Amino acid sequence: MRQKLAITGNEAMAYAMKQINPDVVAAYPITPATEIVQIFSQYVADGEVDTEFVAVESEHSAMSATIGASAAGSRAMTATSSQGFALMWEMLYIASALRLPIVMPEVNRSLSAPINIHADHSDTMGARDSGWIQIYCENSQEAYDSLIQAVRIAEKCLLPIMVTIDGFIISHAMEVVETFDNKEVQDFIGKYKPAHPLLDVKNPITIGAIDFTDYYFEHKRSQIEAMNNVMPVILKIAGEFQKTFGRNYGLFEKYMLDDAETAIVVIGSTAGTAKAAVNNLRKQGKKVGLLKVRVFRPFPAKEISEALSKLKAVAILDRSAGINAYTAPLFTEISSALYTQGKNPKAVNYIYGLGGRDIFVKDIENVYKDLEKIAITGKVENLINYIGVRE
Amino acid sequence: MKKMVEIRWHGRGGQGAKTAALLFADSAMSSGKFIQAFPEYGPERMGAPVQSFDRLSDEPITVHCGVTSPDIVAILDPTLMATVDVTAGLTDDGIIIINTPLTPAEIRKEMGISGKKIFTVDASGISKSTLGKEIPNTPMLGALIKVSGLLDIEKVLDDTRKKLEKKFRTKPELIEGNIKAIRRAYEEVRGER
Amino acid sequence: MSDKDKKRQEGWKQLPTGGTILEGGTAKKYKTGDWRNSRPVWNKDKCINCLRCWVYCPDSAIILKEGKVAGIDLEHCKGCGICSEECPVKPEKAIKMVPEKQKTEDRGQKTEKSDS
Repeated sequence: MRQKLAITGNEAMAYAMKQINPDVVAAYPITPATEIVQIFSQYVADGEVDTEFVAVESEHSAMSATIGASAAGSRAMTATSSQGFALMWEMLYIASALRLPIVMPEVNRSLSAPINIHADHSDTMGARDSGWIQIYCENSQEAYDSLIQAVRIAEKCLLPIMVTIDGFIISHAMEVVETFDNKEVQDFIGKYKPAHPLLDVKNPITIGAIDFTDYYFEHKRSQIEAMNNVMPVILKIAGEFQKTFGRNYGLFEKYMLDDAETAIVVIGSTAGTAKAAVNNLRKQGKKVGLLKVRVFRPFPAKEISEALSKLKAVAILDRSAGINAYTAPLFTEISSALYTQGKNPKAVNYIYGLGGRDIFVKDIENVYKDLEKIAITGKVENLINYIGVRE
Repeated sequence: MKKMVEIRWHGRGGQGAKTAALLFADSAMSSGKFIQAFPEYGPERMGAPVQSFDRLSDEPITVHCGVTSPDIVAILDPTLMATVDVTAGLTDDGIIIINTPLTPAEIRKEMGISGKKIFTVDASGISKSTLGKEIPNTPMLGALIKVSGLLDIEKVLDDTRKKLEKKFRTKPELIEGNIKAIRRAYEEVRGER
Repeated sequence: MSDKDKKRQEGWKQLPTGGTILEGGTAKKYKTGDWRNSRPVWNKDKCINCLRCWVYCPDSAIILKEGKVAGIDLEHCKGCGICSEECPVKPEKAIKMVPEKQKTEDRGQKTEKSDS
């Protein structure tokens, strides 16, 4: 039975994991993702899932054990956040290069130092080139829906995938989430049939063998190609999801964008806040729009630059700073996409919300005000701007 | 109901301000509203001032920022009023509900509050007599339902009973105690004439 | 190595997913006999079949037949000398290391089949 539940983002993630019923979960709890692991281990203890739960001693081990379980041929999952995610680092690359379809809920939290437990995207943005598919969610419903789709995407593409929500803002906020019947979820994800499970002793294989200068490049080239082929799979599975469950997901969401003159591009929970700003300004007759990036890896460069091509000015909002980069990650990606696709709206970068600093509807309305000015003058005075930081 | 109603709860770490916000949102959802409930997370310690928030609407809620101008403020512990600016962001016709045996007039005088609509309810006293211990957040729900006029009390009580029956299968006295606490606060909450 | 022995290596499109090697025992295909600059010579008459050489050989290059030493797999033997070092036969060892020959055809890299 489909039912509407008042649950938090973490509860939604854990509930989806329960319905996915993975063979193995190896995890180590960390704020603000702790509850995902805690609730799921309760499901295990209560016999509500068939999962082998491995309580490991660190996130490095969590990812290592998940890699082992996945290589063995099981449907394997883990969950983490921030420092824990950072501790997984070297194993992230191994998971993706071994082409293991691991599915991982990740709760976005800032990285130390200074130590901080609140939302920003520094953790997963740092791993943007680790070869994982990345889906960022606006709210708990998207998180629940995306995690279910993620299983199919990962197993079809043979690539690991992380599905993220903003720490506390979504992970600990109660919202209404429509959940599906266990059987509906199982029917949708289907059975996992690994092509070459390590535990198939009749067909022995080697995983993780060394490559010298003679083969490493070829294996990397083939991994790049695998990522190149992901976007049509995401769209196909999103299409099937819509047919079965009704909600529509793309690589990104356009909100009032088609006739807009200026627009904001943003990731995660702030997209929801920005929609309220768009609604307010539209009532005043302003032609403003929004593009919410959902799939950041692989990056839908052509599709996004096409969607932004008719704008006079666009503001790209980053919830992480490219500390030693020219611009922040999302801006870097989008400006590169626009340039290579020959599209030329004026683009400006805003860094906001580091360490959970709140961003309000008014702040976003002010960005649109700046954009209006840029659209008129055709001049970007400050390429990189900061929202809500004290001077 | 106006487009969106925002509520801010004030309590001390351990008093159940977060739970109160979640329970109220849960009831509101069961009554067909779109909801959001979230705590303010900080360096929390037992006794430290904490806040939590509710948003209720007849339409989907997309904003994910903090609540800065609430329509209603619910105060679980009246001693907070001395140290925390509980009326921050509250409009002049905003509502304050306080857990206290004092009358609204007494509170207004004592705290020097001008404007706003003040309501009081002895939630601690009610919870002591119905539940045997001081859990003011449950009766505060009843007071909030009455004052806000957002939800139907009978529907909420029905829904709460069902949820409590699942949660406290082995402690039926807690179910009745909670229901009674909510109903009494609903009936006993006082406003100004 | 002559030019005719050189073959084109696979391009990325031909490689199995994720660098997986899709069969077992592939180390056997990797001939390491030409790494050797000295070779073990086994004396059948002195051998007491204690099998220490078989236990210690890091390349599984001691060939057994029906539980007894039958020879040395010179296609894989790297000439490390551990077999000779460990051979307990006195006063003269049953495996002795001798300098390797220059020409491939003289290196004896055709071997008897092992049944172990």
